[in-house]
Amino acid sequence: MAKPDSLQGSMDLLVLKILSRRPNLHGYAIMTAIQDVSGEVLRVEEGSLYPALHRMEEAGWIRAEWVTKDSGRRARIYELTALGKKQLGLEESRWHAVSLAVNRVLREA
Amino acid sequence: MSVWSRIANVFRGKRLNHEIDLEIQSHMEEAIANGRDPREARRAFGSTLLYRERSRDVRLFAWMDSLRADAVFGWRQLLKSKVTSVAAILSLALAIGACTSAFRLMDALLLRPLPVANPERLYDLSRQGIGPDGKPQDFDGWAYPDFQLMRAAVQDQAELIAVSYSETGDLTYKSDAEIEKAYLQYVSGWMFSSLGIRPALGRVLTENDDLKPGAHPYAVLSHDYWVHRFGQDPAVIGRTFHMGNDLYEIVGVAEAPFTGTEPGTMVDIFLPTMMHPGVTHKDWTWHRTLALVKPGVAMEPMRQKLEATSLAFEEGRAKGFLGMTQETIDTYLNQKLVLAHAGTGVSDLQSGTRQPLVVLGVLVALVLLIACANVANLMTAQAAARTREMAVRVSIGGGRWRLVQLVLVQGAWLGALAAAIGGLFAWWSGPFVVNRINPPDNPARLLLPADWRVLGFGVVLALGATLLFGLAPALRASAINPVSALKGGENPHSRRRLMHALIAVQVAFCFLVLFVAGLFVATFQRLTHQPIGFSADRLLLLDTVAKLPQPQEVWEQTAEHLRSVPGVEMVAIADQPLLGGSSWNNSISAHGEVPNGVLTYMRAVSPGWLDTMKIPLLDGRDFRLNDVHPGSAIVNQTFANIYYPGERPLGQSFELVMDEGVRLKYQIVGLAGDVRYKNVREPILPQLYVPFRMAAGTKGKSEGVFLVRTSMTNSKALAAALREEVPRARPEFRVSRVRTQMEINQAQTVRERLLATLALFFAVVALILAGIGLYGVMHYSVLLRRREIGIRIAVGAQAGGIARLVTTDVFAMVAVGTLAGLGLGMASGRSIETLFFQVKATDLQMLALPAGAILVGALLAALRPIMQAVRMDPSSMLRTE
Repeated sequence: MAKPDSLQGSMDLLVLKILSRRPNLHGYAIMTAIQDVSGEVLRVEEGSLYPALHRMEEAGWIRAEWVTKDSGRRARIYELTALGKKQLGLEESRWHAVSLAVNRVLREA
Repeated sequence: MSVWSRIANVFRGKRLNHEIDLEIQSHMEEAIANGRDPREARRAFGSTLLYRERSRDVRLFAWMDSLRADAVFGWRQLLKSKVTSVAAILSLALAIGACTSAFRLMDALLLRPLPVANPERLYDLSRQGIGPDGKPQDFDGWAYPDFQLMRAAVQDQAELIAVSYSETGDLTYKSDAEIEKAYLQYVSGWMFSSLGIRPALGRVLTENDDLKPGAHPYAVLSHDYWVHRFGQDPAVIGRTFHMGNDLYEIVGVAEAPFTGTEPGTMVDIFLPTMMHPGVTHKDWTWHRTLALVKPGVAMEPMRQKLEATSLAFEEGRAKGFLGMTQETIDTYLNQKLVLAHAGTGVSDLQSGTRQPLVVLGVLVALVLLIACANVANLMTAQAAARTREMAVRVSIGGGRWRLVQLVLVQGAWLGALAAAIGGLFAWWSGPFVVNRINPPDNPARLLLPADWRVLGFGVVLALGATLLFGLAPALRASAINPVSALKGGENPHSRRRLMHALIAVQVAFCFLVLFVAGLFVATFQRLTHQPIGFSADRLLLLDTVAKLPQPQEVWEQTAEHLRSVPGVEMVAIADQPLLGGSSWNNSISAHGEVPNGVLTYMRAVSPGWLDTMKIPLLDGRDFRLNDVHPGSAIVNQTFANIYYPGERPLGQSFELVMDEGVRLKYQIVGLAGDVRYKNVREPILPQLYVPFRMAAGTKGKSEGVFLVRTSMTNSKALAAALREEVPRARPEFRVSRVRTQMEINQAQTVRERLLATLALFFAVVALILAGIGLYGVMHYSVLLRRREIGIRIAVGAQAGGIARLVTTDVFAMVAVGTLAGLGLGMASGRSIETLFFQVKATDLQMLALPAGAILVGALLAALRPIMQAVRMDPSSMLRTE
């Protein structure tokens, strides 16, 4: 198994969310999407994205497909599966619960 | 994606790597297309190899992947040294196959429960006491009237079932010309319901088929017979067959796989006990008594009840024993009734082969251990050659467990290949051995299922063997110290110590196998060279039957007709052949004395029988055509020595004392040489020959044997012609079987022959394996010490000194092993003494032979390594270092 990295935990959530909004992205596009949407605050360690993608693919949350883009380059694009949608809901509610708790600690401590 | 895809990915690792690489490459291209600097992008990505490895581990089972890699590597290692690998695999395969085969036989014959409803509650009744010869005897035959009393006595505790000793019967389905043989067992009608055996077709016998003597001519076929004889024809129900004077009707087929209660004989036809001619006789013990004990019944009180009932029966019978001393009668009555578990069935084959099978099992297990030691030595030597590779693996971070796995996987290759080949060997050799347990005309037939029991045994054995030979080298490999190994200074002695210990163990086991094999071979040889007193050469026997008893004239006419057939030298008639297994015995009263308890064995023979058998006539004359039984008698030398010591037996009279006080009077007309009657193992018995011709007023005989001495060596060539000549001479007769006396004689020692052959085979295998092991170890130690040897030669050591240097350790181990084997042999020889004939485990010759064989084997094995060491060229040797 891969070692946990800095974004482990939130990485799955981010990738699933991005793919739910914009299906059929390849790895590089997922990475840039996370950076853009977060206003360059969140940076994905480039190499570790792929083991994460492959792990989620193995878990059946996303599925991949090789395509040839208009530019003639081949790319492996990903989309969410039904199982992935369920997982996304789960991760989102977990994230909300955690951030709520953290906020409460910040306010009341 | 699933478990399955992760397993599948293990076997397409290359494609997986390629795919991951492609994706990473496409990532880079995308980055560059977005205007990033290629070097910056590559740096930002990090180690592609690391991420590839991580992705890969996600998408397959990592442990499986490493196993696969080790399997491929191990396979390559095997291919690297093909000859040694093949030798190791074949020797292991032979050993595993032989062990599995031995287990399969033991399982089928001794361990597997009968296919009946309650095998665990089934017991066999027997009586233990002192026999007429003064030796302890154990006999499980019963008379039917006794059985009926016992059954009634314990009906609340157990159901008693009578099952006859299975026998072959001559029966005809259509015309009398087509006699065929079938295995019969007379059984209690209620046996089927008690043992839970249902009909496969028609009905099985019931209690109602077993009520009145001679009144129930019904037969049930075994499923096996139905398949083989009738091709599962359902129309078999209602068909009839003749046997003797009776016409039987087939009423059903018993369900598979039940084929009677005697492992080793597959019964063809079950008949009701009431149809057995002995069913009303008090003195005819023709069946076993099985007891199906009800649950929760106390055994001892039931046993006592059975014993008391049987004793009362025998006491009533003993009142008719006239002319026997009270002492003989008391000895006869003083018997203990024994109940023995019979869940696995009861048969003579079982009791006769239990010990030999166990001994053979031990022998093959020893051969397996020898083979395992060999493979362990081979792998240790190989591991030694790979010390550097192992050290490198450890120093670059290969886990020690991975190293153990690496060596074990290689062992597993050997084990798996050996098990596969061994399985084939076992599959073939099991039936091969079974067919040779009994004489060829009466082979043992045994269900030999190759089911989960046998398969499980084979797999466990192969696994065990792999661990046994793989673990030591594997642990040793993992315990490597990379620093000293890479410097080349690892201590070689520890490895050699392990190998030497294994050599000693191998030699000890090898000695044991050779020793036991030697004893069996000597036993067989002594038995076959026992003088039998007659000549079996060119002697053909025609077992002949007639529907009705035929007078002597008819038998003699037929014999006369046979004498005119070309190729026939002499013809005589007897009731049974010698050594054929059938006994007829009685007590003798000579000089009017009370019988001494010694039984005299009888044969009814025609004039010319002594000549045909080439038995010398020592005194008096042969029978003449007008001699009758009872009346005239010829006795053998042993008889004369017992009853007429110091007298001339000729012309003396004596009486034959039968049951119920009947006495027959004889006068001795001739004295014949001693011959073996029943058995070549026993001392010569007192024998009495009476005329085949019965006294006037009796009906004659319906069974007999024509003994034909042919002029050609291959007497069997005349068999077909003579089989036809008999009914041509007299249409009343049919030949039911043609045998040669030689076959009968060989049948006497068929088990000893089998035991000797198999033991000898395994002894040779053990010796070869041990030799290979010795050679390997010495070869290895020469390799290991080549620097030292080179220096010694360079400074002027003599060849003898070098040879001593190379061989001293190993030969010390051989000596230790031989001594240990000697001890083991002496200790174990005692426990299998009963299998030997005129041979003792302490005979010097028996001990010297295997020791000599091992010494010669060791010398042969040492020859090449010694030559290698002595011929070593020190200059080239030292230059390469």
